[in-house]
Amino acid sequence: MSKFKKKKSGELPPVSTAALPDIVFMLLFFFMTVTTFKKDDYKVAQKFPAADQVQKLDKTDPVIYIYAGKPSERYRSEVGTQAKIQLNDKFADVSEIKDYWFNTLNNELGPEFRNVAITALKVDGETNMGLISDIKQELREINALKINYTTRKGNVSENLK
Amino acid sequence: MGRRNIPEVNAGSMADIAFLLLIFFLVTTTFEEDAGITRKLPPIPPEGVVPPVIKQKNLFTVLVNKNNDLLVEEELMEIKDLRQAAIDFLDNGGGTNEKGEPCNYCKGKRSEDSSDHPNKAIISVRNDRETEYKTFISVQNELVGAYNFLRNRESMRLYGQKYTSMDSIAAHPQTGESLKEELNTKLEVIREMYPLKISEAETNN
Repeated sequence: MSKFKKKKSGELPPVSTAALPDIVFMLLFFFMTVTTFKKDDYKVAQKFPAADQVQKLDKTDPVIYIYAGKPSERYRSEVGTQAKIQLNDKFADVSEIKDYWFNTLNNELGPEFRNVAITALKVDGETNMGLISDIKQELREINALKINYTTRKGNVSENLK
Repeated sequence: MGRRNIPEVNAGSMADIAFLLLIFFLVTTTFEEDAGITRKLPPIPPEGVVPPVIKQKNLFTVLVNKNNDLLVEEELMEIKDLRQAAIDFLDNGGGTNEKGEPCNYCKGKRSEDSSDHPNKAIISVRNDRETEYKTFISVQNELVGAYNFLRNRESMRLYGQKYTSMDSIAAHPQTGESLKEELNTKLEVIREMYPLKISEAETNN
């Protein structure tokens, strides 16, 4: 009679899954912290033109966004197919840009950023320049001169297709 | 008062709940970063101010019509040739700047009918109201590319580092103050050599 039982051959001990929730939680917290929710819902097409001489806009920069482009499919029956400006969550007219700019500056960024705030123009590639010229003219009139044309990384030749 | 045994809560489904949340955040996460061409608009000139007269040879005119064709210095051009044309114009150095100094870092042809000095050279972009935005961006990109090429070249010669990479380090929020200051003085020197002068004139109808 031996004191030690002979090990059963061929059978693997089950892998403990007790640490699985910990691992999953770790991943969960990672994604929770890096997730940023989109600020506005786009109501206009947002296919940016490609460019390679770009500068990054940091999340800490004081940025005011202006969207423009052709309205998305489901808004076409209401507003037509002509390119439109979107401010916050609404379609807007060119004349509303000034008010919007100062409202965003004072309520979200703080008036001290008056001269350093960057206006990001998020414009769809297939918009006519007339609309953009109008926006630029409005911005010039309120002395909001720092602008950034949002682009996607890529070669310029992609724009010509 | 008898002590009662509190039954243990079964934590077996914790993993499932965590998974559910994990998948939700996985799906909603976007590592999006905004990038684009930064530009400063010209301020509106006060009334009564007459714009200074610019010599034709110091002006590089790019016209874009409503069919997205380019007319550069009175000649039709494809977008892919625009960058080189702009480099040749900016780097010409045929004359002197306002102080009467010749451009001793220019490597251009020093032709009589192109720009005098990078300091005086102005690129003017005019577009139609019906020009497509992506053509406009392509043109702007090529012109900024021309400036960056020249700035990088001088920056490599003086500091052994590219202008564009110094610029992105200086703009990064986690860069230390002292390094930022050092880079900014270097950047200022390069910008002084090739000042970005792109005029976006009002569109013609």
